[in-house]
Amino acid sequence: MSTTAPAPGKPATDERLLKTSPLKKFLGRPELGSVVGAVAVFLFFAVVADSFLRAASLATVLYAASTIGIMAVPVALLMIGGEFDLSAGVMVTTSALISSMFSYQMTANVWVGVGVSLLATLAIGVFNGVMLIRTDPPSFIITLGTFLMLTGMNLGFTKLISGTVSTKSISDMEGFSSAKDVFASTITIGDVDFKITIVWWLAMIAVATWILLRTRAGNWIFAVGGGEQAARAVGVPVGRTKIGLYMGVAFGAWVSGQHLLFNYDVVQSGEGVGNELIYIIAAVIGGCLITGGYGSAVGAAVGALIFGMTSKGIVYAEWNPDWFKFFLGAMLLLATLLNAWVRKRAEATK
Amino acid sequence: MRTARTAAALIAVVALAAGCSSSGGKDDESDGGSGGGGKAVDTPRLKIAMVTHSGEGDTFWDIVQNGAKEAAKKDNVEFLYSNDKEGKGQAELVQTAIDKKVDGIVVTLAKPEAMKSVLGKARAAGIPVVTINSGAEFSARFGALSHIGQDESVAGEAVGDELTGRGKKKALCVIHEQGNVSLEQRCAGVKKTFGGAVENLNVDGTNAPGAQSSISAKLQATKGIDAVVTLGAPIAAVSVKAKEDAGSEAEIDTFDLNAEVVKRLKADEVGFAVDQQPYLQGYLAIDELWLYRTNANVLGGGKPVLTGPAVVTRKDVPKLEKYTARGTR
Repeated sequence: MSTTAPAPGKPATDERLLKTSPLKKFLGRPELGSVVGAVAVFLFFAVVADSFLRAASLATVLYAASTIGIMAVPVALLMIGGEFDLSAGVMVTTSALISSMFSYQMTANVWVGVGVSLLATLAIGVFNGVMLIRTDPPSFIITLGTFLMLTGMNLGFTKLISGTVSTKSISDMEGFSSAKDVFASTITIGDVDFKITIVWWLAMIAVATWILLRTRAGNWIFAVGGGEQAARAVGVPVGRTKIGLYMGVAFGAWVSGQHLLFNYDVVQSGEGVGNELIYIIAAVIGGCLITGGYGSAVGAAVGALIFGMTSKGIVYAEWNPDWFKFFLGAMLLLATLLNAWVRKRAEATK
Repeated sequence: MRTARTAAALIAVVALAAGCSSSGGKDDESDGGSGGGGKAVDTPRLKIAMVTHSGEGDTFWDIVQNGAKEAAKKDNVEFLYSNDKEGKGQAELVQTAIDKKVDGIVVTLAKPEAMKSVLGKARAAGIPVVTINSGAEFSARFGALSHIGQDESVAGEAVGDELTGRGKKKALCVIHEQGNVSLEQRCAGVKKTFGGAVENLNVDGTNAPGAQSSISAKLQATKGIDAVVTLGAPIAAVSVKAKEDAGSEAEIDTFDLNAEVVKRLKADEVGFAVDQQPYLQGYLAIDELWLYRTNANVLGGGKPVLTGPAVVTRKDVPKLEKYTARGTR
């Protein structure tokens, strides 16, 4: 990444002491390619879709991007740390179901359910992490197990407790409106309505970037993902780092889950299956390597933005809906290719 | 494991310190009572398997099962339910029912070709079959006794008529599962009888925020949409949100019912719903097999028995509320 071979003809100083110009630093960032891809997708839809550039439309796109991005950011951190979480999609639904059903069954203030849900969801993250470091199988298999178990538990418990496949409405309970303000409200700027999920998304990006670039934990994450044995040898607490990363994903699932609950009042127990892939896709478009050790939180957020712009842009462009998935796939592939090309060029100019 | 213990302790503390809600919740529940009951008949115990193409956690199939269970209780029937979205998986489940030597099989024919040979085996084994929900045209051909369901095209046409009657000009048909034949048939039916224009939109039904933003995007992009037709009850609630986001005046109308839709009908956020009475599909299928086994009765006279469409509006809400809450409508 930042390692640069000394240019021929210059006196050979220690490469680690080389000064890099801010421009070069920027060109070396993992998110650069995805930013270029995002700009390209934006310009494309600005040209082909009449209604895409309106402020209200952009607010819709940002909402779509934020609901993916809230999860894509912690998922990206986990991937930088070299692991996957296939349970991330249904965990969102689990988290929403817990708050809803706990509040309802206990006739408790909604915030109590929200708190219990946070602890329970973090516990699922801890479970994933502990299982991973205590046993042999790769995270792909372990979280696949969690994914299937959560899918079954979501349906099983909901039917057992509520009698139907969705939860009962908690919109008339105490604490609902304040919780709705926090997780599912709308902020009006000018005459455009922005969803509060955008704020959560930005906050997740800021915190994740700070952790990655400014803290010791951030170094640990890169080290663990770059080479686990080497990291362990130099004293990085590999187990704690990974458990922490899974808890980060769980926290994201909690935020998304609370949005799901407070936006719709009731939760459908079958939701969320398949979304885990979208989070991983967003992280990869944003420059995360599937092999770990490389990537950024901003990149994952931009990946989510590309996904949001593409999936809604196709609707704004009013293309034939039968071909929606094809266009989505083709656009994402093009954005990713552009991303890879830009990164290669950037590395070549170093 | 310190983290886990701390978490457990925290949960306990939070739960103890819990403020209670003085409104809503379980304490506020009035006893709806579950209908039916009564003593079972004294015919011999039968075993009937139902195998559907349902995905996980679908309200609709939950209601079908509730109907089937109620009939099973009354008819002294042991009711076995299983489901698989994939045609091949569904056929395997039917095979396991044949292996178990059940006294009757209820199946859906969403993927008719996949079911053809296994239903032949059921017939060869002398097990009577009743088909429900979709696939009416294949039912008799595959040797089923009766078909109990809704004709999707007819249901779509009913929606088209209702929309025309309400003076709508441009409708959006939201397909929440791309490539599902019966959903396409519904939209095609709407198109056939509706006086105005119909546009289709594909959304991902298992991702509510994603579906919501897609529907608002469509409402923002296409001017003049004055009706949004959703093909499943959960998507109706999502569309209500999308409409608010887009600042649209469109009326939300939907296929199928659930408690949430009834609430929104009452609040005037949903114009009308077309119910295909899934409870009846489950109940009648079990009852028909019991009647056949105990009295050789056959329902329908070779024609499908239709359970819908029934148009439900705000004025039907009072009598429906308690039934949707207990999951039978």
